[in-house]
Amino acid sequence: MTDDFEALKAALKTTAAADPAARAAALARAMENFDLLQGSPGASRLITSPPSRTGLLMRGFTMLKSLNSRPLLAATTSVAALAIGFAVFLPLTSHAPVTPKPEVAKQDATTKPQPPATTEADRYAATAGTLAPVETAPEIPADAPTALDSLTEYAPSATVAPRAKKALTDTGAPQASREMDVASAELAQPEALMQPAPAPIADAESYSLPLENTEQFSSAPANPVKITAEEPVSTFSIDVDTASYAVVRASLNAGVLPDPQSVRIEEMVNYFPYAYPAPEAGQPFRSSITVMPTPWNPGTRLVHIGIQGALPAVENRPPLNLVFLIDTSGSMDEPNKLPLLKQSLALMLGQLRADDQVAIVAYAGSAGQVLAPTQASNRTAILTALDNLAAGGSTAGAEGLELAYQIAATMASDGEVSRVLLATDGDFNVGIADPEALKTYIAAKRDTGIYLSVLGFGRGNLDDATMQALAQNGNGQAAYIDTLNEARKVLVDQLTGALYPIAANVKIQVEWNPATVAEYRLIGYETRVLAREDFNNDKIDAGDIGAGTAVTAIYEITAPDSPARRSDPLRYGTAAPASDAPATDAAELGFLRLRHAAPGSTTSTLIETPILQSTAAPSEDARFAAAIAGFGQLLTGATYLNDWGWDQAIALALAARGADEFGYRIEAVNLMRTAKALSAR
Amino acid sequence: MLMDTPDETLATAAASGDRVAFGLLLERHYDRVFRLAWRLTGLRAEAEDLAQDICAALPAKLRNWRGEARFSTWLYRVVVNAAHDQRRRHATHARAATGWGDWEIARQDEIGVARAAQDWLAATMARLSPELRDTVALTLGEEMTQAEAGAVLGVSEGTIAWRMSEVKKRLRAIAAEEAR
Repeated sequence: MTDDFEALKAALKTTAAADPAARAAALARAMENFDLLQGSPGASRLITSPPSRTGLLMRGFTMLKSLNSRPLLAATTSVAALAIGFAVFLPLTSHAPVTPKPEVAKQDATTKPQPPATTEADRYAATAGTLAPVETAPEIPADAPTALDSLTEYAPSATVAPRAKKALTDTGAPQASREMDVASAELAQPEALMQPAPAPIADAESYSLPLENTEQFSSAPANPVKITAEEPVSTFSIDVDTASYAVVRASLNAGVLPDPQSVRIEEMVNYFPYAYPAPEAGQPFRSSITVMPTPWNPGTRLVHIGIQGALPAVENRPPLNLVFLIDTSGSMDEPNKLPLLKQSLALMLGQLRADDQVAIVAYAGSAGQVLAPTQASNRTAILTALDNLAAGGSTAGAEGLELAYQIAATMASDGEVSRVLLATDGDFNVGIADPEALKTYIAAKRDTGIYLSVLGFGRGNLDDATMQALAQNGNGQAAYIDTLNEARKVLVDQLTGALYPIAANVKIQVEWNPATVAEYRLIGYETRVLAREDFNNDKIDAGDIGAGTAVTAIYEITAPDSPARRSDPLRYGTAAPASDAPATDAAELGFLRLRHAAPGSTTSTLIETPILQSTAAPSEDARFAAAIAGFGQLLTGATYLNDWGWDQAIALALAARGADEFGYRIEAVNLMRTAKALSAR
Repeated sequence: MLMDTPDETLATAAASGDRVAFGLLLERHYDRVFRLAWRLTGLRAEAEDLAQDICAALPAKLRNWRGEARFSTWLYRVVVNAAHDQRRRHATHARAATGWGDWEIARQDEIGVARAAQDWLAATMARLSPELRDTVALTLGEEMTQAEAGAVLGVSEGTIAWRMSEVKKRLRAIAAEEAR
């Protein structure tokens, strides 16, 4: 090995003499461009479309300053995290991968994001014709240092000012030489702008700065108030995504109010676990409907619809023995690796049952048992052990694997399922003498009932194939965890073995009773609205629900005699109801229809529930959901909130915090506090 | 402009439009740019292209010159960044498809091509990740200290040290693989 190192050194030391012709050509080209840049007569023309470099760098600097001044951002002060923050913006929106446009630093950190209309980069791309610096599906690992470099390169200094005007002329210089265009597009730009967004960093938003706002958000104008007499039926698809909450959290943690476009209220509401009553045996869902006073409007009420998916078979599954085999080598010391891994495993703990057992083995240099087999009910011990993991040292994967198997073997007893969960960034080849032998070993262990799953963290992984092979032989799955959502999906799936979709194409239709509801408004679900006739059309796709998932929808309704009614009643009344209409009970506000298909089936079944005037006190879950709905509306313009503001939202959320075992709710409260402070500026 | 005028003075003059200073600066540094480009890419032809691109863009780049670092450090940074961009462009084709499988295949192709060219250095460099390549080129090739390399790459000295140990590990793995 030393030989190779020396050989590489020697090879690199060999001086490659530059070819004189190439040298001359390069110098000539440089001088040509120099001259072109000096005499740019186009300067005055350009004033109207200024991609002012000065502005760019001043803003970049302002951003940095505001960043540093915010204690909140403690997490971002590490150099790596900071730089990554520039390059990343999370493609968390569960849409097509966001194409990063090189417009990073232009964003004024303190104001709302600009639409990504014409960016400097766009123009460059246009002039350059080809080789637009916009790259697709970036999968190169974050090049943090470079991004940082360019930032510092762009920090203002006394010498900048005199050159500012010249900078303006930059793009306007007569573009005589096409090569130069290309070159300046590619090279003259701040490198930060050229960075492709790296692998999405999880949920680890606290690291990321939403400086780039060229993301495409799926968004639609807020649902308006509808008049029941005109449009009694409201139809939408359920949405179990929670990505929007993560984006909002990322923004707020970075000290910037989120782009209203990025706020999808239903995803924020659905982010939180709610303890809705579980469905009865044999039923895929149970809907719980709560009617409660609207926090922000005494004249209206909220109809809170909580739908809880069944959690089949989980109760009967055998106890699970899990050995986390965790790579703590130096390379794992990146925000989207070890910290995300900890978060993911902590998340998974919530899915474990009390009689499940967990052990932790860390491998880095030498393998060691970090946590002896522990009942999953002893969460504190497990979480503490996880938290204490720190990256450092090199990787010795095989050794750790053997130890993990040994421990798993001691945990196993009849009828139980044992699984080794290898979490690594893929640097697994060191220490494996013979990969084939290792595969055989894993396969043999599989036959004894100990399975292996591999979780990859971070991108830039060069041993993906090994990981896949290991997991296949281990009867497990190799998965990349790049976001906490992904972690939840993968880990929960595997753990319960039962988290398959219990229902596909879940649609909700509510028909409001004009006698009791004059106006209604669906809060959120703007992007999920369906046409009324789509409800019964099984060809129209809608959201799926996994086992145990809860989905929440909230309507704000106004009674006909309410002073809060926005539309005046019609003088001539409405068309008389059809005579064959059921004599609706005045206690009935509306009628909830829920349609779903069994997984794999194309035919849907219908569940119907009347929405009754209830007087029961709203549950903490319902009140908390309302607080989050208010939070989302405050972030998106608060059209319907009257004087209800941050303080009220915080108070409501705090009062409805409940047990909040995982701290999700208190986190939301703190985000509201941050948002309040930010919006007060 | 005398021949012993410091680089930094020349750069500042060139940035404000001094043609002679710019020419002088280029004369002085072209070889350095080419050499580093060659070390970063491992291939002469690519290094020449890269060096030419950098020279062509240098007039515009110089506007960002603020005299806060040594000119050579600044220039190294420019070269390293340009090399990154070049790699990215090369990789884009492969990655435009999807998934890591393709990326890995493309990387293996790259290794294969270099190997076919009987170029041990290029083949070896291609097996290192971009970060490791940069680090190796600067520390082993340019004989920078770990602190200097860190300054160019914008990472800490410790990171450079860690990367160098990674390089050794990687080389060991490559050697083991080739021995089989």
